[in-house]
Formats: sequence, C-alpha cells, structure tokens
Amino acid sequence: MNRFIERNIVWIFPLPAALFILLMMAFPVLYTFWVSFTDWSVASGGNVHFIGLKNYYDLLNNPRFFNAVKMTFYFTILAVGVETVLGVIIALILNREFWGKGIAKTILLLPMVATPVAIGLAWTLFYEPTIGLANYTLRSLGLQASSWLASRDMVVPALAIVDIWEWTPMIALIVLAGLASLPVEPFEAAKVDGASAFQTLRYITLPLLYPTILVAVVLRSIDAFKTFDIIYTMTAGGPGFASETLNIYAYSLGFGYFNFGAASSALVALLAIVLGSSLLTLWVRKTWEI
Amino acid sequence: MRKVCLLLAVVMTLVLIAGCGGGEPAKPAADPAKPFAGKTIRFVAANHNWTDVIKPLIPEFEKQTGIKVNMESYEEQQLTPKLTTEFTSNASTIDVFMTRPLQEGRLFSKNKWYENLSPYLADAKKTPAEWDWKDFKKSAIDAVTLEGTVYAVPVVTEGEIVYYRKDLFEKAGLKAPTTLEELEEAAKKLHDPANGIAGVVVRGQRNPSVTQFSGFLFSFGADFLKNGRCVLDTPESLKAFQYYGRILKNYGPMGVTNMSWPQAQALFQSGKVAIWIDASTLVGPLMDKEKSAVYDKVAFTTFPAGPAGAKPYDVVPWALAVAAQSKNKDAAWEFAKWLTSKDIMNKAIAKQQTVARNSSWADKEATKNWPAGFAEVVAKTGQISLSYDRPLMTAVVEARDVIGDVIVKSIETGGTADLAPMLKDATIKVNEMLAKNNEGGK
Repeated sequence: MNRFIERNIVWIFPLPAALFILLMMAFPVLYTFWVSFTDWSVASGGNVHFIGLKNYYDLLNNPRFFNAVKMTFYFTILAVGVETVLGVIIALILNREFWGKGIAKTILLLPMVATPVAIGLAWTLFYEPTIGLANYTLRSLGLQASSWLASRDMVVPALAIVDIWEWTPMIALIVLAGLASLPVEPFEAAKVDGASAFQTLRYITLPLLYPTILVAVVLRSIDAFKTFDIIYTMTAGGPGFASETLNIYAYSLGFGYFNFGAASSALVALLAIVLGSSLLTLWVRKTWEI
Repeated sequence: MRKVCLLLAVVMTLVLIAGCGGGEPAKPAADPAKPFAGKTIRFVAANHNWTDVIKPLIPEFEKQTGIKVNMESYEEQQLTPKLTTEFTSNASTIDVFMTRPLQEGRLFSKNKWYENLSPYLADAKKTPAEWDWKDFKKSAIDAVTLEGTVYAVPVVTEGEIVYYRKDLFEKAGLKAPTTLEELEEAAKKLHDPANGIAGVVVRGQRNPSVTQFSGFLFSFGADFLKNGRCVLDTPESLKAFQYYGRILKNYGPMGVTNMSWPQAQALFQSGKVAIWIDASTLVGPLMDKEKSAVYDKVAFTTFPAGPAGAKPYDVVPWALAVAAQSKNKDAAWEFAKWLTSKDIMNKAIAKQQTVARNSSWADKEATKNWPAGFAEVVAKTGQISLSYDRPLMTAVVEARDVIGDVIVKSIETGGTADLAPMLKDATIKVNEMLAKNNEGGK
C-alpha cells in the first residue's frame, strides 16, 4: 500500500483538483459544444438528433444574432474603456497620501460587493423617467429629460454607466497594486533630471504600468462580454432588442424558447468571441512588448 | 502520515463527487381517515397574491391529512425555467406545481410533464362528488383541457379591465370610456406632462405587452391565429397596432417601452397616470392605503368597445398541476384538490382573489369587502371576453417576442411607421414556428 502511494504520489495529490476541473469546467464546456450540434428542444418533445452545423447556419442567417454581437461589443468597449481611464486616474490619486484615504478606499469598494440584481433594481428606479432621480436632476438643472432605458440611443450607455459604477473600483484596485510594486529608481532618476510631474507620469509611470493595466482590461473585458444580471433585470434586452447582448440572446433561446441546441450554439459563439479577444490582447502585448 | 494523506485525498474526492442523500422519516401508525399520513410532498408555487392568501392555510391541511407540505415559491419568470430544468433532468421531486396553461400548457403536455387528471376526476374514491368539478367556470375548464384530457385545476381567472382616476375624470367632466375612441379622447384630455401626469398606460415592453395588446387586437376585429395560421397581416390588425402605438406614444408616460405591469402599476399607484389597462388581479396594491397614493380615487370599468365590439380577454393565468414524475401522486392530488376546494376558494375570494369557481361568486357575502363596483366589472368582463390573450401555440414565448417587437416599433413612432411590412414579416415568422412544431397549417 505504502509503495503504491510512493510510486503514484505525483497524481494522487492533484487528483481532487484535476477531478474538480474535469467535472465542473471541462465537462460543461464540452457538453455545450455537443448540444450545439443537436436539435435538442423542449418544444419538439425532447427528442435529440445530431444536426451538424445547422444551428450555426441558422444563427448566421438571423439578424437578431448580429444585432446581439454588435450590442455585446458596443457595451463592452464603452464600459471597459471608461472604466480603464477612470480606474487608472482613481488609482493614481489613491497612490498619494492624503487625509481620509482609508475611508475613500473603503467607500470605493462598496459597489463591487453589492448584489448585481439589487444594483439593477435600484438603478432601474433611478432611471424611471417619471418618478426617478435621474430625470428629476436633469429637470431641476433645466435640461431635457430622457427616456433612458426605453430609448434606443440611450439604453446601452445607461447600462454601461451602471457597469462603470460597479466595476471601475476593480480596475483601480489592480492598478493600485501595480503602482505599489513599481521600482523607485526610475522615479528618483527623473527627479534628479528635473522632470515635471506630467512628464514623470507620461514617460515613466504609465509605460511601467501598461502590463498591469492590460491584465486589468483583459479580466474586465471577459466579464463585461458576459454581463447578464444588470441587463436582464433592467431591460431584458429591450426596448425591442436594442440592448440584447449575446448572453441575453442565448438565455432567451435556452430558457425562454427552450431551444437548447440553438442556445448552445450562441454560447459557443460568445465563448469564441471572449477567447478570441483575450488571445488577441495577449498577442498584441507580446508583439508590442508591453 | 502517508496513510492519512491518502485518506484525506480520497475523502476530498468523495466529497466532491457525492451528492446529498436524505433519510426517509419514520412512518406513524396507519389511520384509515388519514391514508397519506406521514407522506411529504413538495409544492412549487409562483409569487402571486393568491399564493400569499393560501400559504398561511396550509398547516390546516397538514393537520387534517398528516401530509407534510414543503412549499417553495418563485417569480413567474424564474418558475418556468426552474420547472423545465427539473422535469428535463427526469430526476424531479416536485409533486404539485403552479402552471400557466396559456404560456406553457402545450409545451409541458407535449413533454408529458403533467399527470393526466381526468382519471382522478372520474374516480369517485379519489374525487368525492361534493368537491364538484362542474362548479368551475366553463371557460376555465376549457383552458386546462387539451385533446380531451384535463391536465390541471384552474385557480384564478383574470380579465382585462380599465382602472381610472375618478377625481381626474370628474374634474375634466369625463365619463368612463365605453369605446376606444372615447378612451383616446379621455387620454388626450387628461395627458398633462407639465404636471407629471400621463393620460394612459398599458404595457409597452416587448414580450409582456402582447397579452394586454390582445384586447385591442380582438376589439378591432383581428386575431393572432385563425385555423392554425397566423393572421396578424390583416387591415384590422394593422389598425389595432397603430392605435396602440398612437395612444401610448402621444398620451403615455415617458419610457413606456420598458414597462411591464410592475412599472405601470407603480406609476398608477403614485398618481402619475390617469388610465391604466391591465389584468383584474392587479387591483390589490392599488387599494392599499400604505402603498397607494390614490387608493380612494380608483374606479373601474370594462374594456372599451372597438369597431368589432368590446372583446377583452378573461383567462386562467394560474392552475395547479400534479407532476407526472411525482412519486406521491395520490397525496399530491389530495393537496391540489384541497387547495381548489370550495372552502379554500371561498376564503380566497374574500381576500379579493378572482377565483375560478362559480359557487364562490354566487355568494354575495364573499365579495362584500371588494372595492365598490369591482366585482360587477369582473363579472361583466367574464361575459364578453375571449378565453385567451396570446397565440395558442407551443412556441408562444418566441411568437410573443416577434409580435412584441412590432408593438414596440409602433409605440416608438406613434403608429406612424410603415407597420404593414413588419406585420407581414412577423406573420411569416409565426407561421414558421407553427410549422416547426407541427401545429396548425391547415
């Protein structure tokens, strides 16, 4: 017995972790791939047939799919773009010493730890055009009120604002950690050379920070591509399909229409997009050596 | 030490793999009056006013029968996915559940997830005569019968009615609208955005709007389906879509295309809208002094007449079904029967639930706590109505999305968009869905 363990110790210890990954991660993904090649649908009475690439063919012939892809990118780029700029600025501010820094840091973290569905409901009320705070503020300032979530032009920016409010702190935190780990020497050298504060930021801090910022952007983008809870609770993809992202579309196919085959193919498309974007970012990082 | 490590690894692996198993509780001695004593059933309900009314009564049932009821409840948007996932897995432990006949009746029947209740109703031992199946409204029985078999017991019915602010109507010298033209005029007259008051609100969100739009569609002389084919591309249908978009764009609140009933109800409760058209079951919170700023100013009337007369819906939104996968079907039937018995239905109607039993309505005493005029409007609606509010088909959710998209576009343009080609397109799509599931097409 003891010798058995001795000989096989290399795989006995990682076994629980390996099994966990196999059961909880690899299996669902592979199973989704498999389902995406079938016509599994509750509406057809539950008989499952292999239909090859038919689901993908249907997907590519459906304008709703392309609309969803467009909205997914629009939402992600808008939200993550603003989050990155704000997050870096906040991190740079928090990196300095000032009175009340501890409190400011704690308050900054609050949106991140709140429940997304509750956030969605609170913001829905905030955006409600007649009784909500958003329009009340606009009207008191003498500005034109907006329909917010019910307006095709405003709905994605309005949703992105919620995402920005919730997730800018995450980028700020990652960048702050990056700032703390920067070497001191370049800054001292810059000081000796008489560089201005802006020059230091532009030519030393930011270039040294790029790898950290990139990691933050990749992590945040993966999440933003998959955003579900706030969109589902606030608009359910509406008005019409104006805020329907791929994840909402896939949910609708799966748990609205109960067409699991088509839903799986949409999810595989989402996976491809997320994976593709992440790989592209990493490739850019490698070739540009940042 | 190594042994301990191996043991640890094995235990951790097992913990990951193993599910949780529960033991059977000990059975008490048999009592002929309580044949199901000691059994436990699982009841999955929807969050609904009716559920709030019956929940505190369940201990009575447990005492009478010795059956333990484990109840859980979900929002309606979460309930269908929950049921579907459990039943698809074939490992469901659900015994009794609430179901929406118009929304999922066909889908669930097709998958054989409902226990066929006809044999239970026919068996005098399982269903004593005094429980009285014939006491249910005829239209409600029809709603839960598919190809001759009964798959659920209707709980409540709900009709499309008009809620309006009597104070605003009096001030403007208006009477309750009896036609769609009068409705539009009243909405126009009362629409006062400068003071934050909208003339009229009806649901405008893509999917939820379809059911409330149905009354307008029918009253203009159109329908969703006819002989199993979609007929939304008729001139009457076009007029209904235009009308709906026009009144909501011109006299509706801002943001109506993101409104389902909770948002519309909140607006009406806070006194920001003069007329609201929706289901009769939503009356409770309007009359609640704590929640409603207008509880003493609400009046009701029946759905106004269009070119084809007044044709609101009156449907069975919720029914009780026994799961075909249940292992305690007889105990489950006992519970479903009790929940829909005359006694419980009478208690529910006293709390303003529009129950599906005729005998409950015959008792004038039961509705004495209802708001003035409400019971009459509900009764009248029952007489003039159609028994459905959406296309009756398996792919109903998908069809609602397609139809709702046209409704949204109509609202956004005030009915002035070129809706005819959109309706033609929607009709083709709905017909494709029907064909895909081998429905209609005759």
